[in-house]
Amino acid sequence: MPKPQAKPRKEPATSTPQVFSQHSGSLISVADLNLDEVTSILKATAALEGEDALKRMKHLFKRRVSLLFYESSTRTRTSFELAAKQLGADTVLVSALSSSIEKGESLKDTGITLRALGAECIILRHPSSGAPYVLSRATGLPVLNAGDGMHEHPSQALLDLRTILTHLRGSKPAPVSETTLKGVTITICGDIFHSRVARSNMLLLPRLGARVLLSGPQALLPETAASAGPGIAIERDFDKALKQSQVVMMLRIQAERLAGLNLDLEEYKVRYQANSERLAAHAPEALVLHPGPIIRGLEITSEVADGPQSAIAEQVRHGVAIRMALLVRALTSQASGRAASKGKRK
Amino acid sequence: MKAILIRGGRVIDPASGLDADRDLLLKDGRVSAIEAPGKLNGAAKQEAAEVIDAKGLVVAPGLVDIHVHLREPGQGYKETIASGTAAAAAGGFTAVCAMPNTIPVNDSPETTRWMQSPERGAQIRVFPIAAATRGSMGEALTEYGALKAAGAVGVTDDGKPILGDSIMRQTLAAAARAGLPVIQHAEDTRMTGGCSMNAGALAFRLGLRGMPVEAESNLVERDIRLLSEMKNGRAHLHVAHLSTAKALEAVKSARRNGLHVTCEVAPHHFVLNEEAVADYNTHAKMNPPLRSEADRQAMLDGIIEGAVDSIATDHAPHAAHEKEQEFERSPNGITGLETALGLTMAVLHGKHKLPLSRIISLLSTQPASVLNLKGRGSLAVGSFADVVIFDPKKQWTFQASASKSKSRNTPFDGWTMLGAVIATISEGRIVYRG
Repeated sequence: MPKPQAKPRKEPATSTPQVFSQHSGSLISVADLNLDEVTSILKATAALEGEDALKRMKHLFKRRVSLLFYESSTRTRTSFELAAKQLGADTVLVSALSSSIEKGESLKDTGITLRALGAECIILRHPSSGAPYVLSRATGLPVLNAGDGMHEHPSQALLDLRTILTHLRGSKPAPVSETTLKGVTITICGDIFHSRVARSNMLLLPRLGARVLLSGPQALLPETAASAGPGIAIERDFDKALKQSQVVMMLRIQAERLAGLNLDLEEYKVRYQANSERLAAHAPEALVLHPGPIIRGLEITSEVADGPQSAIAEQVRHGVAIRMALLVRALTSQASGRAASKGKRK
Repeated sequence: MKAILIRGGRVIDPASGLDADRDLLLKDGRVSAIEAPGKLNGAAKQEAAEVIDAKGLVVAPGLVDIHVHLREPGQGYKETIASGTAAAAAGGFTAVCAMPNTIPVNDSPETTRWMQSPERGAQIRVFPIAAATRGSMGEALTEYGALKAAGAVGVTDDGKPILGDSIMRQTLAAAARAGLPVIQHAEDTRMTGGCSMNAGALAFRLGLRGMPVEAESNLVERDIRLLSEMKNGRAHLHVAHLSTAKALEAVKSARRNGLHVTCEVAPHHFVLNEEAVADYNTHAKMNPPLRSEADRQAMLDGIIEGAVDSIATDHAPHAAHEKEQEFERSPNGITGLETALGLTMAVLHGKHKLPLSRIISLLSTQPASVLNLKGRGSLAVGSFADVVIFDPKKQWTFQASASKSKSRNTPFDGWTMLGAVIATISEGRIVYRG
């Protein structure tokens, strides 16, 4: 949930605010997690990854996980599904085009139906920002946000963090703190405005001490982006941003959300494409990330995507592991250790 | 109809500058007499009047809301004229002006009369505001003279603002001839497609497309420019639910230039800012959206300094299933009739120490004057017997579940309010008792 510290101004009132309690196993925004929780998720990820496959099956044996996907997805859906299956859970996939959603069933009713069918946890991908809160309110179940509109994609930010940490300080899990990424600059480049991956990363990484630089043309990167949280700045000159960066995260141009924007793709490539010449000149050591899907030849060239600096395939592998940890957390968590504003479900 | 004597109250009637302990006699639907305490006892006895003891209470002209959506005809599942006016009466209102975005759009004298028919079961007076163009399509003007004769008190295309210069010019000219104000929902919808909240850092963080303040101020400035170019000096532009400092500046400057421009501000725009939607609360989603803290402050300042003519609720009921949706899909609007007085009293009187006479003026006298509602918003002898009696010191808690509206879409559920309505009297009938 977006940070609760900024409560609406309620001058006239010694009001009874309507605190909406979210299941403590939910993960809808990176703001739901304090750093201790990030640490324990990373720890659980490593433990689960290293575990014997048969033993791992016992964690969530026969637990029921629903994947509710209103948008297409390859990586996220498959990795959540694989993660659930490796933990022994039963999964059922409901996608917008092959369900009653097509007939006009609301998100609330779809959620209630899934719960009635025995779902214990719902993984939601949805084109509307904030949709997981609707589902969470309607069902009271743990909801894992697999991407909501332009809002957030918290599991992606966690797997990106794990990828970054693995490269910067080795694969051994260690607690994270406000200084873990001190001195590290991470550039996120491309279609920031439409990107939930960018939002989750720019809200999570600075909390570990990183500096986040955003790079992209005005149409895809409004000035207000820099005010989304602390530790974020805009550097429209991608080369200058690269020079300062240890990590660069490339984003896809989201053609499906571009309605009405006039973007000259050739000019875009000249200024913002991650290609070998640019990396060699400005960031020969930087780690290159991309949440996928990549559009080769547009925001990134094949040489870079497949090259030695790329950790794109690694990100996907971390995705399965992180999502195992999130599923275990969702289905076994108690209300303990949660942020103050999140209550236990009655 | 039984006469009513309201005895021992503090009568505040901004229209006549009265603020004193007075007794008030209502007879045949009109204010019959106002006299010093005790002086009307004889007359009241003669009339066998019902006596209301108003000791310690404020007696004021009934509140007037010039911007409500009563949803009839066509959307009785959200609200009916009966339920909406019952909520209004509970909120101290004795007159409401109903917007034309009904189904069908109120663009005809027939619908205008239908809305005022006794069969609708209105608890208080309903003044329809008619569509400015047929079907609110922004193309052909409706017949303002006939609409006015049927009871319309203004014209507007409300949620579908008139964008074309030429049609807006025609609207202003024809309305001036008919003696009707043109009410504009100022939003350049070409700038707000797909938007569901105020533009800015918060919208970015929430991943929602934002409406820039210029979408409002540009259209206000355009309308004022068209007004200033008109030959007919009687044209009157009223800006509905103003929400930005920029648009308020435009209104103030137009008035300095002698143009007849008025504006209203909704309670939510001076009580809440955009942070209220930070948890995707669809009960805080409306259009214009809740704005930045600076804009909220500008609305407060504008009201306090007298630049704002009227407080109006933009009461916009929606069914639960419509609001329990994804934020971007949920319809705009919140209910407001039962919380307007309580919020205005709490913020403007309680916190900002605006005198009671100003509060009543903003909620009754001035709105009645903006839409030229004769005999409303005043307690002068001969006026309609529209009266609200309220306890200005009493705090109470608003419970949405107890609302008389058919809908519950309010961000103020559980809020502490100031100023409890004790009785509402509409044209001499007691329509609400608290």
